[in-house]
Amino acid sequence: MTQNSAIRLESEIAVIGGGLVGSATAYGLARQGARVLMFDEGDIAYRASRGNFALVWVQSKGLGMPEYATWTKASAEQWSTLAKSLRDDTDIDVAHHQPGGFILCLSEAEMEARINAMRRLHNQPKMVQYPYEVLDHDETKRRLPAIGPDVVGSVFCPLDGHVNSLRLFRALHTAIARLKVDYRPNSPIESIKPDHDGFLINGPWGQARVQKVVLAAGLGNARLAPMVGLHAPVRPSKGQVIVTEKAAPFLHHPMVTVRQTDEGGVMIGDSQEDLGFDTVVTPPVISLMAQRAVRMFPLLAGLNIVRTWSALRVMSPDGFPIYDQSQSCPGAFVVTCHSGVTLAANHTLTLAHHILEGTLPASLEAFSSRRFHVSSAA
Amino acid sequence: MFRRLPDLGGETVNFTIDGRPATARLGDTVAAALLASGMESCRTTPVSGAPRAPYCMMGVCFECLVTINGIGNRQSCLIPVAEGMAIETQKGARSIASEYSAKGDAA
Repeated sequence: MTQNSAIRLESEIAVIGGGLVGSATAYGLARQGARVLMFDEGDIAYRASRGNFALVWVQSKGLGMPEYATWTKASAEQWSTLAKSLRDDTDIDVAHHQPGGFILCLSEAEMEARINAMRRLHNQPKMVQYPYEVLDHDETKRRLPAIGPDVVGSVFCPLDGHVNSLRLFRALHTAIARLKVDYRPNSPIESIKPDHDGFLINGPWGQARVQKVVLAAGLGNARLAPMVGLHAPVRPSKGQVIVTEKAAPFLHHPMVTVRQTDEGGVMIGDSQEDLGFDTVVTPPVISLMAQRAVRMFPLLAGLNIVRTWSALRVMSPDGFPIYDQSQSCPGAFVVTCHSGVTLAANHTLTLAHHILEGTLPASLEAFSSRRFHVSSAA
Repeated sequence: MFRRLPDLGGETVNFTIDGRPATARLGDTVAAALLASGMESCRTTPVSGAPRAPYCMMGVCFECLVTINGIGNRQSCLIPVAEGMAIETQKGARSIASEYSAKGDAA
């Protein structure tokens, strides 16, 4: 203990994890003047932030937890503010566009299931309301001329959009560097110990003492959370993605599984597999994704695929984010979600403020991991 | 910039570059035929619009992309030039939408 006390306080807040969630949160903290230390792993980390699909997506989210729909909508609504802030701070344009997005259905059964899911979502008590439209083939074709005859119809929501997520990632890191966040790559965390009125963080690189700690380590949160009296039972959910060569713009709206990036490549994605930490790209999944995409937009068949990859979503047991503060170790927070792009605006502009104040507000109570204890006891 | 070796014989192939008639030797790749016909750039890049020309001549660098017979982004260094081939230089990204509608009109 005497030895520990001799280690000087390095920073006000440590953010553990340098992905989209960690860097968006650190950006918010640093914007408000906090002295932030950010630990990141190296290239062996799973890095969902480098493999994601880059949607800012609202429709279809929150069935089972209306608070998640409210939170998601709020982030979508302040995404322009985040994009502007990043442009002002870094001169990087993250290509943020929210022209509204479509979920295309390839059979009457898919269409019916989608309409029912939207009704169930919006019929929930406390559900935030936002506009969406159910469109038949002809109306979908009028708005998206490139669709093929197999598209039965679609659901359109004007709040949906997308960004260039690699540029978002770079912009966040550039911004926090300019705001003097002390970024430490290749610095895995072995232990976090409550110590006096702060925390002592240990790794093979040494030790650091901080006042507060924010766990934003993605899948690593499952291991780290219990060290500070938190619970984050997240598991990997594999998603495979295809990207084509760059083509002149022909898709002016994102679909939930197909989108054309600002630079012209078409991304096809959204597979979900529960295979642990496996990240192998598998031809059966990739060809099914490609086949469905070509049925949606027949002209895609003429485009060359340049790359496929897979990445691991950070999935909680119910699929919703976890925002929590430690009861036993005040000053420790956990932040985890699988929509690091959509929720980036909230993490920077809303969540960071609450962490700095020291207490998460009642409006975020639904996201506490206590919900998992309740369901397992019931 | 490039000149053919003087002692090479061989059959002549007629093709077009952006609609203009040109000739090559049978067995030339499209990239070689373009360079031999004096072309300095075969496309501009999709992101910055910078000019590009065939570079590695062996299928690795993807700098030599052109539109051949209506299909964009073909690697011209890997494709032998053929009689009557219509080669077009590309401005920016490949336009899949106009290729597709052209194909639809032809069908």
